[in-house]
Amino acid sequence: MLHVSVSKRRPAFSLEASFSAPLPGVTALFGRSGSGKTTLINLIAGLLAPDSGEIRLGDRVLTDTRRGIAVAVEQRRMGYVFQDARLFPHLTVEGNLRYGEKRAGAAPPVIGFEEIVALLGLATLLQRRPRQLSGGERQRVSLGRALLSRPRLLLLDEPLASLDVERREEVLPYLVALRDRLSVPMVYVSHDFEEVLRLATHVVLLDAGRVLAHGAVSEMSLDPQLQHIVGPDLVGAVLEGVVTRLDAQRGTAELAVGTGALQVALRDVPLGARVRLQLLARDVILATQPIQGLSVRNALASTVIAIADDEFGGVLVKLDVGGALVLARITHAAREALNLQPGDAAWTLVKAVSTRGHAFRIAPG
Amino acid sequence: MHDLPSAAELDALRLSLDVAVRSVAFTLPLAVLAAWVLTRVRFPGRMLLDALVHLPMVLPPVAVGYTLLLLLGVHAPLGAWLDRHFGIVLPFTTAGAALATAVMTFPLMVRAVRLSLENVDRGLEDAARTLGATPVDRFVSVTLPLMLPGILAGAVTAFAAGLGEFGAVITFAANVPGVTRTLPLALYTAMQSPGGDALALRLAVLSFALGLLGLLVSELLVRRVRRYLGA
Repeated sequence: MLHVSVSKRRPAFSLEASFSAPLPGVTALFGRSGSGKTTLINLIAGLLAPDSGEIRLGDRVLTDTRRGIAVAVEQRRMGYVFQDARLFPHLTVEGNLRYGEKRAGAAPPVIGFEEIVALLGLATLLQRRPRQLSGGERQRVSLGRALLSRPRLLLLDEPLASLDVERREEVLPYLVALRDRLSVPMVYVSHDFEEVLRLATHVVLLDAGRVLAHGAVSEMSLDPQLQHIVGPDLVGAVLEGVVTRLDAQRGTAELAVGTGALQVALRDVPLGARVRLQLLARDVILATQPIQGLSVRNALASTVIAIADDEFGGVLVKLDVGGALVLARITHAAREALNLQPGDAAWTLVKAVSTRGHAFRIAPG
Repeated sequence: MHDLPSAAELDALRLSLDVAVRSVAFTLPLAVLAAWVLTRVRFPGRMLLDALVHLPMVLPPVAVGYTLLLLLGVHAPLGAWLDRHFGIVLPFTTAGAALATAVMTFPLMVRAVRLSLENVDRGLEDAARTLGATPVDRFVSVTLPLMLPGILAGAVTAFAAGLGEFGAVITFAANVPGVTRTLPLALYTAMQSPGGDALALRLAVLSFALGLLGLLVSELLVRRVRRYLGA
């Protein structure tokens, strides 16, 4: 467990954050720019000292202002992948990779040099200088360098933010592989919910220097405070399901979600794989009775749990769909027309293609 | 102009190079220390130290040489102590010429090193910390290599300036041929001597050539190192 409870005041900004992150796992610090995510991760790393507070990793106290404990950065055993990679320009890629390894001391190795090079595809780059690398390559080296220092916790500050879409797609699978194959605990700063979706097990919602909520990703996806950060178009329940049927030709799969089944557009996942997907609330249609002749592939029996106005002039309806919770966004007019009340039965309609790009395979367990 | 150089010219050249090299060797580590303290350490009186370091730059060189005599002359407090305990005498010696040159060129060196230190990305040092590097380790493995272009530029500039130091050398180390008569001193002496015009001209040309060579070498070196560092 990572316990963080800190406060830090700066001229234009104040941070007051308290949360626990279960480890191993990937905990995302999620919020908009300026919400304090980088300050928070720098406090965890020890690069910044809090005005008051406590940071504990497992049974080891790293910072405790009341008892005057402040473990130096170089002794915290935390790997840090910076947004701008920060490779040493006077060393080759191999020199950079070995830098942390040489200083890891007696810590037990997480992964060997050869495996890291193989895992991150760095074999052909070893003798190059950082200035000769692309942005994506630099981040991969930065990742490898941090891992070779045998960290107990890996901190990543928006490692993909400075990359274009293609580079991001190039590096993301490596991060996923790290999470799945190495089970190195990670704290991952991001302002992109899709990254959170693909990588995180837990998320801490940050806004204006305060923690709004924290918990498992699926639970947080239903938290009304999330819409405050992502806006109405990116609100949506995050569900997990198992692939029970595949239609490779049509590029669709059937997922067992809750007690029901969901048809989704999904490729390249085998039978039995666990998949995480986000159903964007704006793509969910509600009906008070079953309708025939629709292109929509999913018409699921559900029960209205709660209805509430959202911040953006619409209405968010929370529904129980065979044990899984789903959000739907409708207009006030629609709510009145359908006369929806909590406890009502309704049909939840979801287009199979609505989930394209929002369905990801996750490792078991 | 096409005669072989005389012994006097060779001596002057040899001495100038000797004194300038010793001067740089002596001041370089001190300059790095001073640059570090002035840039990274906060303490009361920092501004005063900064001013002291730069003093030789604004004082008349003869005044600097005279001050050195007051401190390190054979009968002066520090000078007598050095003589009695270590047998070290500085006035009228090549070592003394080197010291006078070192003091005069120290501010130049500190400025160049300081600039290079200020230009080192602290973010890289932070990265080194997260990888387990202690302060001294960080300095040696990350900061110093990145300061190299600046340090080299400072060293060569100080070397070139040291070749030309006159006032402090002649006042502190005197004008002993073969011992402290560096190029500028030899040129001055030649001008004062009857029939020394030809020699003076040759020494002047030599000084110009050395100065130019020094600057070119400095520029080339710095470019090479910058490229190596990926700037």
